[in-house]
Amino acid sequence: MIDTVVLFLTTHWLGQAILILLQCLAVTVPLLVAVAYMTYVDRKVWASIQLRRGPNVVGPFGLLQPFADGLKLVLKETIVPSSANSVLFVIAPMLAFMTALVAWAVVPFADGWVIADINVGILYLFAISSLGVYGIIIAGWASNSKYAFLGALRSAAQMVSYEVSIGFVLITVLLCTGSLNLSKVVLAQSGWFWNWFWLPLLPMFVIFFISALAETNRTPFDLPMSEAELVAGFHTEYSAMTFGLFFLGEYANMILLSALGAVLFLGGWHSPVPYAPFTLVPGVIWFALKIAFLLFIFSWTKGTLPRYRYDQLMRLGWKVFLPVSLGWVVLTAAVLQFGGWLPKP
Amino acid sequence: MLLQAIAFYVFAAVVIASAAMVVVSRNPVYSVLFLILAFFNAAALFVLIGAEFIAMILVIVYVGAVAVLFLFVVMMLDINMTRLKEGFLDYLPIGALIGAALLAEILFGIGVWGSGSSETVRAFNQAGIPPATVENTRAIGQVLYTQYFYLFQVSGLVLLLAMIGAIVLTLRSRPGVRRQRVADQLYRPKEEAITVVKVPSREGV
Repeated sequence: MIDTVVLFLTTHWLGQAILILLQCLAVTVPLLVAVAYMTYVDRKVWASIQLRRGPNVVGPFGLLQPFADGLKLVLKETIVPSSANSVLFVIAPMLAFMTALVAWAVVPFADGWVIADINVGILYLFAISSLGVYGIIIAGWASNSKYAFLGALRSAAQMVSYEVSIGFVLITVLLCTGSLNLSKVVLAQSGWFWNWFWLPLLPMFVIFFISALAETNRTPFDLPMSEAELVAGFHTEYSAMTFGLFFLGEYANMILLSALGAVLFLGGWHSPVPYAPFTLVPGVIWFALKIAFLLFIFSWTKGTLPRYRYDQLMRLGWKVFLPVSLGWVVLTAAVLQFGGWLPKP
Repeated sequence: MLLQAIAFYVFAAVVIASAAMVVVSRNPVYSVLFLILAFFNAAALFVLIGAEFIAMILVIVYVGAVAVLFLFVVMMLDINMTRLKEGFLDYLPIGALIGAALLAEILFGIGVWGSGSSETVRAFNQAGIPPATVENTRAIGQVLYTQYFYLFQVSGLVLLLAMIGAIVLTLRSRPGVRRQRVADQLYRPKEEAITVVKVPSREGV
């Protein structure tokens, strides 16, 4: 019985299609649950930082709060402003949410646990993350509102600026691994935790993390939604589930960039100590722990730092991160070349 | 194989349809969005022929950067398309001529490509890479930085020149702007920046 099912799933074309569908579900469903609980953890962390309790009414310890919020968003009315461009207005949140999800196709959760093990995984992630800006910019334009439009312009400029330094960070990592395949990037970091790239490439890790904050429009770079100036930025006009999709997309993006950070700098699925009992723990758990660690820093930053001014944000991106990351690329290349540490093809 | 053929015709049809919509559509923002769709489907076509590196670069550079700037400009400007369309018939001959020239060039290129081993194949053979076995990122790197090194450098210089030109054209120093100088702020001594006041208890400042 099981043999025939396995045979059908691996050889027949319909079976292969079903298998891919199942794989997608196996990634998407846990991801959406993680997104829901990320909102909860976020609020709990901020609450602790501000000496409050946070959500604690719905369910034990408030654990059902994300689902209550989700239900509320689903049940509310979707309002399309009368002067908005209704087609683009509806497409924009879908685009924002979709780009946050499709990127997960190339993320390796454990050894061999990846939907599409493509040769250009890093480039694919970079391409998808550069698409994320369209959801926002289309939303801002289609809303036909000055707050939404200004928010969208800010957000687009910010994401484009910080993508440049993320690109250089990716180039440094790929110089050290000699492959664009994310599984090979992780395999290049095997061994003790000081073999992971966070230590040899520490400045790039810091730049990557700060750029990730800017990419996801999080504090201290949440200017697109600075409520004191722009009401709510690009999603001012959105209500109910159209807003919900932006919100989910933002959190999914945060988790994605944390996952990328874990893959590039924290050794992916590797355990920090390459001996039992640490190696007995499944790789996917180590990976989840590393993502959770980075996400905690995301919340921590939001609870701690004030917002940047817009010109300061641009100055940091173009005048500080760009030269530093460019210089570090040259330095890494030179050290690898003349130290004889170039990765073997 | 059948699935690939279907995918090819779908992507190709969408490329052509959206390219036509870029020209036809009334709203300039729609034009740019259709242009993005065309880029995206062209990238999908590249993936189908196994050129995944070019496909990703197409998405990153054109969709991720160039088209965003287009969209920025088009959204900021209040373009009246009906007035732009007025001279359509006047410009039609020139446009058709340019289009025909481009088509002829492409056909010529394809014709030459089919006949005998081209320069690229020779370059790959010289570098000792059997084209089918190496992943194409590595293959491109191996000829780009050896065989075509000078051309690569020259194209880099062209881009640099364009960048400097853009900066020179837009750079202007306006008087009376109060710009933040971070270095000055950081070099300010403590005595200048803060005064410590001992506030007497129950009296205030």
